Parts: sequence; C-alpha cells; structure tokens
Amino acid sequence: MAFLAAQFSSWIPVASAASEFVHQRHGGTCIQDNGAFCAGWVIDNIDRYVTPTLQHLVLVSVSVALGFAIAFALALVSHRRRWLVPPVTAATGILYTIPSLAFFFLLLPITGRGDDTAIIALTAYTLQIIYRNIVAGLRNVPEEAKDVGRGMGMTDRQLLWRVELPLAVPEIVAGLRIATVSTVALATLAVFAGGGGLGSEIVSGSNITFRTGVITAGGIAILMAIGFDVLWVGAQRKLSPWRQVRPI
Amino acid sequence: MLVPLASILDSFSGAFDFIFHQQDSITGARIGGLGQVGDFALTHLEVSALALAGALVVALPLGVVLGHRGRGELLAVAAGNAGRAIPELALIAFMVAFVGVGLLNVTIALLVLGIPPILTNSFVGIRQVDRDAVEAARGMGMSPAGVILKVELPLAVPTIMSGVRTAAINIVATATIAPLAGVLTLGDFIINENVYGQDGVLAGAILVALLALTVELALAGLQRLLTPRGLRLHRAAAPA
Repeated sequence: MAFLAAQFSSWIPVASAASEFVHQRHGGTCIQDNGAFCAGWVIDNIDRYVTPTLQHLVLVSVSVALGFAIAFALALVSHRRRWLVPPVTAATGILYTIPSLAFFFLLLPITGRGDDTAIIALTAYTLQIIYRNIVAGLRNVPEEAKDVGRGMGMTDRQLLWRVELPLAVPEIVAGLRIATVSTVALATLAVFAGGGGLGSEIVSGSNITFRTGVITAGGIAILMAIGFDVLWVGAQRKLSPWRQVRPI
Repeated sequence: MLVPLASILDSFSGAFDFIFHQQDSITGARIGGLGQVGDFALTHLEVSALALAGALVVALPLGVVLGHRGRGELLAVAAGNAGRAIPELALIAFMVAFVGVGLLNVTIALLVLGIPPILTNSFVGIRQVDRDAVEAARGMGMSPAGVILKVELPLAVPTIMSGVRTAAINIVATATIAPLAGVLTLGDFIINENVYGQDGVLAGAILVALLALTVELALAGLQRLLTPRGLRLHRAAAPA
C-alpha cells in the first residue's frame, strides 16, 4: 500500500479531496469497506457523474463529427485521384498509431491543457478508421451501378452523390461505428489532457482503488459505447434500407 | 490558444535535453537521461511483448480453429466489437482496484485488450480463404492440420497480422498508463509530472509516440516477411 501511495504522489490533492467527500457524502462506509460494488454509494453520488458523462458525450460527438468531416473531404479528394490513397492512408495511419496519451502531451506546448487538446488527438485517431471505410465503400460500388448512372446522363458529381455515396453508406457507417465505440473508450484518457470526461471519475473524482467508483465510471462508458452503436445501427437502416451491414 | 513558435521550440528542446542528459528533479532525485529512458523503454516493451504473446497464445488458435470449422462466428465477431468498447483506463483501474498492482496484473489487463482483434481477425482471415484452395488441398490428401498450417494460415496472414498490429497498438498505448498500476513504463514520465517536470512529460510523450511507431513498423515488416510470396505478387499485380 505504501508503494501504491508513492505511485500516486501526484494525486495527493486528489486524495485529500476524496477523503473530504467521504465525510460530506452518504455511503462513507462503502469507501472504507471498498466492496466489489456498493449500490448505495452510487445512488447517493449519482449526481457526481452527470457532468463527466456530458463532457464525455461532447468529447466523443465533436471528435467523431470532426473526424468524419476531415476523412470525408480526404476521401472525396482521393476518390478521383487514386494515387493519393496510399499517402493519405500512411499519414492517417501514423496518427492512428501514436497513443492518445502521448498525443495529448505532444500537443500540450501548442494548444495547452483542455478539451481542445483532447478533441484534436481523438479526432486524429478516428481519421484512419473512417477514411479507410469511406474509400473501401466507394471502391466497392458495383461498376454496373455506375454505368447505369452514366447511361442516364449523370455527371461525375451527380454520380458521386446519387449513386456511389448512397451505395457506400453501409461501409461508411460501419467505419463510424468502429470510430465512435473506440473513441468512447479512449476518451476516458482525456482527463490527463485536462479534458474531463468519465476518466476524471476514475483517476481523480473518487480514487483508482475505489472499486465502486471504477465500476460505475467504466460501466457508464461501456453503456455509452453500446448506446452509440445502437444509434448507428438505426441510422444505417434508415439511410440504406436496401442493404444489410456487411462486415469488413 | 496558440503560443509563439519560440516557446514551442523551447519546450521541445527541453524535452530532448531531458532524454539525453540526466538532471536533478525538484525533489532532488536524479531523473531523465538515457539510462532511465532505457529502463522505462525496456519495461514498456517487456510488458507489451508479454501481453501480446499471451493474447496470441489464447486468441490465435481459438480464432483459427473456429474459422477452420466455420463455427462460432457470433463469438468471434462479438468479441471484436465488445473489445473496442472496453475503456483502457477503466480496465487498468479495475485491475488495480480488484486484483492489485504489479507486472503480472498489468500484463493480464493488456492481454485482455489484445485478444479481441486477434480473435476476430484470425477467424475472418481463415474464413475468407478461397474454398477452392482448401478443397484442392483436401483432394491432395492433406490432413486437417496440414490444411490449416500449409494452406489456410499462410493465405490468412495479411488479415491475421492486421489484427495483431491493432492489438499491439492498443497494448503499447495502454502500457503508457501502466505506472498507475506500479509498472514503470515510459508513461511514468507523462503521468508523474511532479517528479519529472514539464520537460519530462513532453519527453515521455515523444518517446511513447516513437516506441509505438517503431513497434508498428516492425510488425509491418514482419507481416511482409510472413506473407507468402505468391500473395504479395498477386497484390502487386492487382492495384490495391
């Protein structure tokens, strides 16, 4: 335990804040006993999780939306210029490989602490996944479908928006699902960048050794990932009712 | 939001100084320098390699056998989806809170993180092998084990390796927060700012990023080595 305390020396202000809420809040024995899961503590302290959960939702939504906007633009640009695909894939691959935690702190001298930094790093992480799926989706559009469009007198632009993109929807949404679920999990690290989110309830809000706190924050994150996934499946059904999801 | 270029360059030169030269921390301890960087990098690689090896031992045979038999698609695919939803920080915290700190516990946590992508990709990779090739191998009188080892596995290498690379990226990235569980990886520089200072934090970020990119490059090279020559030629002929 002493070893652990030394490990957590950087969280000393946090630890004192934690002992403060032990006295102020109900369910204090839950923290002393530290059982597997203490429902009473969660019920008494549920309000602690509202702000981190909302922060988490914002981090994920903004990052995935930005990631989609950038990846979509990159995919459209490289759609008619095939030679661009390998370099863009390599560049987004590097961004994907750099661990988010390292990315946060590489950005710190430039963008400072806060959710901007967290959002930039999380956005960078999603690019590779979304870009690859949009490119694959557009490439897998059957040649016959495109020929029909051309035969109807469509321009390249009309072909893209009316034939190719709608037919690529299942794969694009499959990419967005993967990106969103991964980002929900990764956003727990945003707390290290000063970006808040559910991670703050794991490392600082209660304590990393407080079982009920860890389970609750982790549980909310997993539920959020499942919720986003269900939303995407629904969106995909609405956007392409003629086709079922094809796993990539 | 943006700060002047000079101050950014200053931060980075401080970080590089931290990497190459040992210095005194505010608390008086000797910090930084190539010796400590090397120690942490080795621990980082050690715990990552152990976890990746463990994940391979568990997930690869299972995925390959399920793929070979064409059973358990639900398990293999669901595992992949569920794996992505596990919050890395919560997983490490879970280990600390329920099992305890130390190398073994961190290895187990990272191993759990590595299983889903390897399981899913080895299943999908084996399933996607051309059925005609498998039938031909059977027709030549190969045993089931021979079919797996000499036909299915080589042909599935690109898909399996892409799963291994995803697993490795996740494991190396998550090993960065292993210091929370008492294993001093390169992430210690990042997480314990009060010990290593701002230079140490940035140095840690640079080192972790470099380590992750190196591991990814090494595995990409390994993938090239393992991919059968015919498959490579086939890919080169058909533009990606």
